[in-house]
Amino acid sequence: MHELSIAQSLVSLVERQLPEGVTRVTAVDMRLGALAGVVRGALEFCYGIATDGTPLQGSTLRIVELPVVIHCPECQADRTLEGVTFRCPVCGTLSGDLRQGRELDLASIEYDEPEVASA
Amino acid sequence: MTTTPRVLEIRQKVLSKNDELARGLRDRLHAHGVFTLNFVSSPGTGKTRLLEETLGRLVARGVKPAALVGDLATDNDAQRLMRSGVPVRQITTAGRCHLEAEMIATHLEGWDLGQFDILFIENVGNLVCPSSYDLGEDLRVVMLSVTEGEDKPLKYPSLFNSADLAVITKLDLAEACETDMAAMHQNLQAIRPGIRVFETSAKTGAGMDEWIAFLVEQQRIRPAAPEATAE
Repeated sequence: MHELSIAQSLVSLVERQLPEGVTRVTAVDMRLGALAGVVRGALEFCYGIATDGTPLQGSTLRIVELPVVIHCPECQADRTLEGVTFRCPVCGTLSGDLRQGRELDLASIEYDEPEVASA
Repeated sequence: MTTTPRVLEIRQKVLSKNDELARGLRDRLHAHGVFTLNFVSSPGTGKTRLLEETLGRLVARGVKPAALVGDLATDNDAQRLMRSGVPVRQITTAGRCHLEAEMIATHLEGWDLGQFDILFIENVGNLVCPSSYDLGEDLRVVMLSVTEGEDKPLKYPSLFNSADLAVITKLDLAEACETDMAAMHQNLQAIRPGIRVFETSAKTGAGMDEWIAFLVEQQRIRPAAPEATAE
């Protein structure tokens, strides 16, 4: 299980990107590819531990899961895989031309910005 | 204190710090003409055994290898590899299930990279976690023994799909295990279409000549083209 490492990397990445003066992050949006090698439930569990005592504490982790997409050289089209094998679901051709599925990305964050008057 | 909710688009890889470190490592290794391989497999596939045999054969051919060996708790594998007389360092991860670029950078300190032609990194035996971490290698080599079952690639697609090359080990046991080699090859191609596959037995030496010839050839052509790392 390396989801705790991933969650810790996520927290430090958010902390590095946080605008000055911001002390509370309310939500984090992630994109997670099916081939990222990360288990969603484990990551969500570890997120609570990794955010403890940071500006992300208590924030919501929102994960968009992305299926594997390959480019089929026969169909000349991008195809979403239906099973585990890298076979075009339309014509059956094997293709290693991966177009989506490895994402382990931080997309955006939501935070409370102190109002100018109180900053 | 009143607050206004704000949204900030970031669009960065969660492991961007590791990736940056890995890119730096790759550039540094290339600058010294070192060709680097990252060996990944389940525990017990025979990474160390194949590496022992590989190191000895490379030295006999005048190639200068070195190895970094990841392990959760012991330095048994490094001890084994050191018998070949090749520079070997142990990376003990203290329970961590994978190697990260930072561990590689730390363990290369003090080594004169100009003295090496090939660097082998033996990852922690694990078919899940190492897939996310670039270590600065030129090739990620997934290893699979004939005793593990033909469908292993289907069970661990993330890692098998991330590999550049596959090495099947313990070929001498294929008959006893009734391994369906054709199915194993088919499954590898189904998860990583076009992947080059070597069949080896470090015990009998079967397939070793082809494997060694490949390494020698790659070592000759790879680091000579530093612009290949530009992407």
